[in-house]
Amino acid sequence: MLRLPRFVTLVACLMICAMLRPAPLAAQADTPLQDVLQAVQPLVASPSRATVPQVLAALLDADAPGTVDFLRAWAEREVHERPDDGLFFYARDGADRNLILIDIDTGEVAGDVSSRDVNQIRPNAGVRREINAALVSFELLNPNPDRRMAALAAIARSPDADQIPALESALAAEEEARIALRMERLLDLLNARFATDSATRVDAIEGLRGDISTEARRALNQILQTRADFAPDIPEDTNVARIRTPGEDMDLIAAYATLSDAGLVPPRQGRNAIRDALRLNAVSGEVGGIPVHRLDTDEMRRTAYRALQDAGTVPPLVTQADMEARVAEYIFFDAYLEPDAAVTDAARDALDSTRTAISLWQFLGISLDALSLASIFFLAAIGLAITFGVMRVINMAHGEFIMMGAYTGYVVQTVIPNLTTSLVVAFPLAFAVTFGAGVAMERLVIRHLYTRPLETLLATFGISIALQQLAKNIFGTQARPLTSPDWLAGAIQVNDVVSVASIRVAIFAMALAFLLLLLFILNRTRLGLEVRAVTQNPGMAASMGINPDRINMLTFGLGSGIAGVAGVAIGLVAQVTSEMGANYIVQSFMTVVVGGVGSVFGTLAGATLIGALQKGIEWFNPANTLAAQTYMVLFIILFIQFRPKGIVALKGRAAGD
Amino acid sequence: MDIPRHTAAAPSSRRSFLRDNPSVMWFMGCLGLFSLIVTILSEGMGIGLISTNLVKVLGMTLCLCLIAIAMDVVWGYCGILSLGHFAFFGLGGYAIGMWLMYARTEIVIRDSLGRGTIPPTELEVSEAVAAQIFGVVGSSELPMIWSFAGSLTFQLGMVVLVPGLLALVFGWLAFRSRVTGVYLSILTQAMTLALSLYLFQNDTGLRGNNGLSGLQNVPGFLSTPQAIISIWFFWASAFALGAGYLLFAWLVSGKFGSVIRAIRDNEARVRFLGYNVEGYKLFVFTVTAIVSGIAGALYYPQAGIINPAEIAPIASIYLAVWVAIGGRGRLYGAVIGAASVSLLSSWLTGGGAPNIDLGFYRVVWTDWWLVLLGLGFVLVTLFFPKGIGGLFDYLVRKQ
Amino acid sequence: MTKKHMLSTVAATALLATPALADCPIQVGVLHSLSGSMAISETTLRDVMLMLIDEQNKKGGVLGCELEAVVVDPASDWPLFAELTRQLLTVNEVDVIFGAWTSVSRKALLPVLEELNGLFFYPVQYEGQESSRNVFYTGAAPNQQAIPAVDYFLEELGVESFALLGTDYVYPRTTNAILESYLLSKGIAAEDIFVNYTPFGHSDWSTIVGDVIGLGAGGKQVGVISTINGDANIGFYTELAAQGVSADDIPVVAFSVGEEELSGLDTSRLVGHLAAWNYFMSADTPANEEFIAAWHEFIGDTNRVTNDPMEAHYIGFNMWVQAVEAAGTTDVDAVREAMWGQEFPNLTGGMAVMNVNHHLSKPVLIGEIRADGQFDIISQTEEVPGEAWSPFLEESATLVSDWSELGCGMFDTATETCVQLTSNY
Repeated sequence: MLRLPRFVTLVACLMICAMLRPAPLAAQADTPLQDVLQAVQPLVASPSRATVPQVLAALLDADAPGTVDFLRAWAEREVHERPDDGLFFYARDGADRNLILIDIDTGEVAGDVSSRDVNQIRPNAGVRREINAALVSFELLNPNPDRRMAALAAIARSPDADQIPALESALAAEEEARIALRMERLLDLLNARFATDSATRVDAIEGLRGDISTEARRALNQILQTRADFAPDIPEDTNVARIRTPGEDMDLIAAYATLSDAGLVPPRQGRNAIRDALRLNAVSGEVGGIPVHRLDTDEMRRTAYRALQDAGTVPPLVTQADMEARVAEYIFFDAYLEPDAAVTDAARDALDSTRTAISLWQFLGISLDALSLASIFFLAAIGLAITFGVMRVINMAHGEFIMMGAYTGYVVQTVIPNLTTSLVVAFPLAFAVTFGAGVAMERLVIRHLYTRPLETLLATFGISIALQQLAKNIFGTQARPLTSPDWLAGAIQVNDVVSVASIRVAIFAMALAFLLLLLFILNRTRLGLEVRAVTQNPGMAASMGINPDRINMLTFGLGSGIAGVAGVAIGLVAQVTSEMGANYIVQSFMTVVVGGVGSVFGTLAGATLIGALQKGIEWFNPANTLAAQTYMVLFIILFIQFRPKGIVALKGRAAGD
Repeated sequence: MDIPRHTAAAPSSRRSFLRDNPSVMWFMGCLGLFSLIVTILSEGMGIGLISTNLVKVLGMTLCLCLIAIAMDVVWGYCGILSLGHFAFFGLGGYAIGMWLMYARTEIVIRDSLGRGTIPPTELEVSEAVAAQIFGVVGSSELPMIWSFAGSLTFQLGMVVLVPGLLALVFGWLAFRSRVTGVYLSILTQAMTLALSLYLFQNDTGLRGNNGLSGLQNVPGFLSTPQAIISIWFFWASAFALGAGYLLFAWLVSGKFGSVIRAIRDNEARVRFLGYNVEGYKLFVFTVTAIVSGIAGALYYPQAGIINPAEIAPIASIYLAVWVAIGGRGRLYGAVIGAASVSLLSSWLTGGGAPNIDLGFYRVVWTDWWLVLLGLGFVLVTLFFPKGIGGLFDYLVRKQ
Repeated sequence: MTKKHMLSTVAATALLATPALADCPIQVGVLHSLSGSMAISETTLRDVMLMLIDEQNKKGGVLGCELEAVVVDPASDWPLFAELTRQLLTVNEVDVIFGAWTSVSRKALLPVLEELNGLFFYPVQYEGQESSRNVFYTGAAPNQQAIPAVDYFLEELGVESFALLGTDYVYPRTTNAILESYLLSKGIAAEDIFVNYTPFGHSDWSTIVGDVIGLGAGGKQVGVISTINGDANIGFYTELAAQGVSADDIPVVAFSVGEEELSGLDTSRLVGHLAAWNYFMSADTPANEEFIAAWHEFIGDTNRVTNDPMEAHYIGFNMWVQAVEAAGTTDVDAVREAMWGQEFPNLTGGMAVMNVNHHLSKPVLIGEIRADGQFDIISQTEEVPGEAWSPFLEESATLVSDWSELGCGMFDTATETCVQLTSNY
């Protein structure tokens, strides 16, 4: 027999039990469960968190066979109501969107109806939480370990004093170590909050000292809940958390308002109250002897009010001094809901002991977020680091190459349903597509403009505008998701404070891989050598037998191809839209310029700085992410003023101009 | 490009300036004639062949022409590809918009509160105005920057001062540290981005994404029909364009013009000749920013609404596109570019142009206009660097 | 543009000369963005309008006249909304306009509408604090969506600590301001309300989701109220799923996420999170089945979903037809007066009623996301009358709107005066 989760409803339960007794005796033998349910029919048909304890009480009291199964089915939304007679049925799908009804007592088929002729009962999450909590004592002994874990999760969600004995007996019988460990832990949490003697509680609380998990801190904070109160003298048995001084750590007007709300002092007249009082007492264009038209300052209004006050028509004005005097007669304080000071002291102590650790972990969390953001910026910018940094070609369509890569990934995902395979295909394909687009653009447009950098900027703008609109025409304006495979969908949970989505870790690894690959290509391969030669002196390079046209084409293709791959990666964490490139282009240029043009390490430094900066500003102003972005751009503008060559400035001949 | 023949002996008197620059006379004539025709055909003052809507569109186009010639001076003549002039345009609009909104709301509020038994205090008025303006964005307090929004003189001052000061400070920082070329372009774009992000925040106190609206209702003329008001604004825009054109034509025709063109062509050489290059650039940047601000202050009361999306970096890019298509380094080129591209754009995207059915595919202009514009722009940069204005050179040379 | 305008103006002038004959066909303006960022949402509404007009014509039109749709494209460009409204009212001389989605576009066209005395139906859930003489609001006001959802959080889910996450623009700002003051009035402490605003299209959600999870340590049940708009939702829900935030631990209720927004998103990891609307496609009624069938037939694609603003247009259009027939004319003032008290059945059951404050009485539905991208309706209220002015905000607590008795959309009951007859834009 299970105890009620809420004793508040005991009275209601008794009433329902009383109603239950005279239920039709004849039918009782065949349909005991249905009868119990019919006694509380409306509460079962439209369940609510406030009424579900009554139903649970009635059901568990009657203890009809199949009750536990019914509760499970009820929570899982498998129960239907037939509105004609109000009877409840289980159901399974039949032909033609029809439902096959199953009797809840006998398990026999009870008819085949349209889904519109019965109401599916859909208990909401709050109701289901109550039902699951009620099922805990059954589920804790369930042979299936998953069910036992689920029951423990239910306890963690709605802890209750009554769960302690059930948990204790389940713990005694538990064989699996992992579950037993979890049970012990929950028992600690329950004891800390609900144990009857102070010593057990303090003991349990001591056990939570230094524990940074959310549930431990949640339990401690629940013990430490306070209420605001006031009294002429603090009552004897109050466990005071803090005393407030009006005018210092409490607003004087608010303190006075508390008193006036309690009816202890006359209400204070605000500006509006004075105006309304004057309006009510205006007689033939005058209030208290002052013509109405002169009442357009607060001072005149107060004078008029005083005149009315002297005449006795309105209550006296509450002045600052009045408020101070009346407020001083009372003590305002916060009191713990928990009367036992030993328990609250221990809880406060335990909670304080986690402070430092939590700040450190939070700092680590923010740093990881910054690192993740930096790796995304780096990926977006690294292609640009090659085309702009090495070749000095301004490619404003770089963002559109990112977008093109992301859409390639999207198309691949629509063709290949397996997410892992589609990703494996998408990356090289995105590279190929954007490599091709880059080469085409270099051949057709940029080649003609190498001597006119500003014109390159404009022409690539034109291409960027055209590509964006083209993407809109083809894919529509709705954002398309790139879905990551299941093994990348979760998060790496360090502890309850720090967790990083796996996909972000993957992107970080990818950024790292690209960095190494690029360094290798530029510094260790023939192509890299030729690229550097052409960049420094195209004429001399040409006379040494290098074909500058070919090298420019390949370099530009490489930069664009990397942008495409970055697009797939970014699409996995963000959304694929035709405007996604435009969102990254200015930031990417910033990254390259801040880091130092012409250096891959510079781009890395730039991305790290920008990522850290954005997260840092967000940390100080968590309510407004937009502000963080604004200040970041401002900072970058200023930074470039003072270090125009960026963080990693090239020296010597490589610096070019 | 079109350097006047007598650069050495710069004309000093107004008469010879006009004689040396026949295009200015031509332009003024055309502008005057155009204004006259529009007035005669308008709904408000003439025979009603041109709807009020169109008068507004034409008036706005004139404002766009004004900012285009400013852009032409700073880019086509001085070689600074600024991607931030639309930000100054927007700031001018915001400055005048604040007064339009505040003053209109104040009239309504005073009228409403004045009908009560007891007259309102000044505090009550300003609180009620704030609740009206900012109730929309879930706030009811008047931000600091609105303290003088009730004063037309103050806000008109802001139209000039805010863009001017921003350009001065930004330009000083940028030119001082010798940021040039594409770096400067990217930096100006970053400034525009920062400004639009800043304005997008509600905390800025300019109603965030919603911006300022109802700007077409001019306080004091609330009962005047829009048909009339639109003509007034059209005249004002035409006058501003004419004055701006004169100012810039005069500026670029003298010695000053020669120096800034020289800076465009070879900055280092001009510096070695002893000119204060930074000073010249800063002057051009600031003056054009102020003119942009004025253009914006005339544009937005006709558009009726201003919000941060107007300032987004893409708007400034379009500005560069207009000027490039019209032809850099000649003022009338900028006017032609701005007028033709923006009118064509609103005709094609406004659903005015008939869609073309190719049988296998239906060309919907709203979908394809930007693709065409983008590609057309690439072609212009590649093959016609002088833009439409270049055609005039060609014709003149042929004669 | 010049030529077209001149021609249409000439045509309009010609028509003016013979007003009696010019009444047929009745012109219905449709002002939804067909390009630009809002096209994805608004194009659907254009299609619904065309479908409704088509159906009405098959039934014989209105007052014996054919209806003719005048469709224009404001291209998600707010000033263009004002410009095209003027064009629709003066050049095309439409009798009614159905359109707009974002609040900023509505605010942009309001002055023109009020100046030229047009008639406008606005179909989207919005922040309230407005009641124009010329607009009928068929979408939800905050008390028809946000407040009931918060009540649900408080009563059914026992939420005590709230995270209000929104995109930084008008609707979330005002809605959150109303909700904050509502929550305070319900005894939720100010420190238990966490508010955050992000830009449009925000994609970096890891820190914010982490912060929300961190709220759980405070010892109170945490719930998230999301007014995040559009694309940003994809990143937000992906991060929620990645960090394993289950609806059992931290429920999220969204006001801007419906069937359309979920289509294409993998919802299997979001099952149980909530949305509040006045309509869900999954509503099991004969009227809704018929509407969905008609929609699928009209659009020629059975995979297309229906959503709340579509129902709003459905109700709004049908009410307008009834009002025109009742008034016997399409004259704006006559139709406006005939609109008050009009009734039309909801697709979810019950009757929608147009009130004198130009807002509808509609039921409020709360749905849980299912794995197939639809919603399980878990709560449906009686019809709730829409409030133009929120009683929970100090500056609007004393305001009421009553166009029938008081003839004023912004009447201050404290001073007993009409604050203004036009709207604040």
